[in-house]
Amino acid sequence: MVMPCSGIGKAYGEIGRQATYALMDDLCPDRVTTTCLAKLMIGDPDAVDLIKNNEVITVDGCAHDCARKNVESTGKKVDRAVRVISAFKQHRDLKPAGVLDLGEPGYKLVKILAQDLAQGIDCPVRKED
Amino acid sequence: MLELELVEISPKKVGIIPCNGEELPEGTLTRFACRKVLDKLKPSNTVTICLPLFIAGGKEEREFAQKFPTITVDGCDKQCSRINTERLSGKPRHSIVITDLLKEHGINAPGSARTLVDMDRQTVDLVAKEIAKKVDQILAE
Ligand code: SF4
Ligand code: SF4
Repeated sequence: MVMPCSGIGKAYGEIGRQATYALMDDLCPDRVTTTCLAKLMIGDPDAVDLIKNNEVITVDGCAHDCARKNVESTGKKVDRAVRVISAFKQHRDLKPAGVLDLGEPGYKLVKILAQDLAQGIDCPVRKED
Repeated sequence: MLELELVEISPKKVGIIPCNGEELPEGTLTRFACRKVLDKLKPSNTVTICLPLFIAGGKEEREFAQKFPTITVDGCDKQCSRINTERLSGKPRHSIVITDLLKEHGINAPGSARTLVDMDRQTVDLVAKEIAKKVDQILAE
């Protein structure tokens, strides 16, 4: 399970979300899935079961670590916790255009993050383009 | 002599909290529609907060719905934003559920949670207008 953080205030939340979709749809379609983070907040039994019975990677926009903390509030310890802001610090030239409309630099960062996550779960990175 | 009292008038702010559901296209719609209201339709009168901060954040974050009259926007009938806002912050003034709204208007949900296509922009506009209407109602109170 890859759980992005639902960030809506800045672009980092959207970058984590888009990296998750890239993993699910393009890079590791058979190995990665997600669910709504907010379902954990209402204690949805199916979502909580999914979290408890699978390897979980959280992708947080910022240091508030909402995805990690919400996953861990179910009693599950996350297997890996990633922050988009840290990826951005290594690629400061890739400044997203807007909060949801990331523009070309933002999508480059999405790709870098998705590839890093794919390697972390031993998912063969496919040749693209 | 005429005495004037200077009163600072700051615009009233309304809180908007989308559920941001990652799994469903309707969750993506909540994000785009809320951002449209925040950035284009009512930029001076609206504020938002990342919903999971009600658990991950502190007292200040949890006071959001007490500080601002709030509208929750949920992708589906699970109503994660309404339930969590009510439980952890304060009772929202209005709650919008996208699946109900689309049904009411005979509109199909977007095909993907990942990307919205041009056709979905009309749906975003519809939801955003509905949110903006509720913002106006609160501002007029
Ligand atoms: S981690 Fe940061 S960006 Fe993500 S939901 Fe929390 S506050 Fe928002
Ligand atoms: S209301 Fe529905 S779409 Fe939104 S987070 Fe909850 S389950 Fe997901």
